Amino acid sequence: MRWTMVAIIVGTTAVGDLLQSFEMKRHAVAAEELRPDRWARVLGDFARRLPLVLAVFLMAISFFAFMKLLSLADLSFAVPVTAASVVLETLLARLLLGESVSALRWAGVFSVACGVVLLAM
Amino acid sequence: MSDTAVETAMPAVRRVDLKVKLLTVFVVFTNVVGNLAMSWGMRHQAADLGLSPLPYIKLIFSPWVLLGTTLLIFWLLSRMTLLGWADLSYVLPVTSIGYVMNAVLGKMVFGETISWQRWAGTAAIVIGIVLVGMTAANTTPNSEASSQ
Repeated sequence: MRWTMVAIIVGTTAVGDLLQSFEMKRHAVAAEELRPDRWARVLGDFARRLPLVLAVFLMAISFFAFMKLLSLADLSFAVPVTAASVVLETLLARLLLGESVSALRWAGVFSVACGVVLLAM
Repeated sequence: MSDTAVETAMPAVRRVDLKVKLLTVFVVFTNVVGNLAMSWGMRHQAADLGLSPLPYIKLIFSPWVLLGTTLLIFWLLSRMTLLGWADLSYVLPVTSIGYVMNAVLGKMVFGETISWQRWAGTAAIVIGIVLVGMTAANTTPNSEASSQ
């Protein structure tokens, strides 16, 4: 049960983030659109974009699975799972989104992942 | 094309660096303060919760939880915007400074203890962010952000 929750959290987080990144790169929000009087229009635009709606739905599943995991395991087990998803998502961003992940960026990603594990100890 | 060649062949992406950095600060701020407000609100109201749904509704509309929820909505929307301007493999590690700030604020506000492992973790995260911050924020040439 514990590992099922881990798989759900990592899977939904990764797919949700990839969907957000893919869709937002297709139609990025221009800096001028960030003025408060344009927020309602930007929000309405987000709500009409299926990949973003799906990503929010997946984030909600991930959130509730995380809550369930916290009832089954310690926070010191649950938080490093988030760190594992950072490494997995970086790999998927390179393979599926075509991002250029240099050796320097990989070093940074692993350092952050190790840091999150240490924070949870 | 090698990774290094892609980064050096895209000088245009450097122009978006400032707005990417400003929005990154906003994403981290809304996440950290949002979580803190939620945590503060839950700690001060949780004892009243029972089986009836009314205390939960009251909790959602309590000032701290409402502030936290509002900030986390801003976090979600600003993070989506940021993902249009920068790589996912850039946003994920750089916004991890939130873990560090949550730990530090947890100590300052709730009096939680910080062990040597946590300080080591903080150092590793900061080093990781500095390393990722040295790479170009956006390496995908088909993005609209790179043409602005």
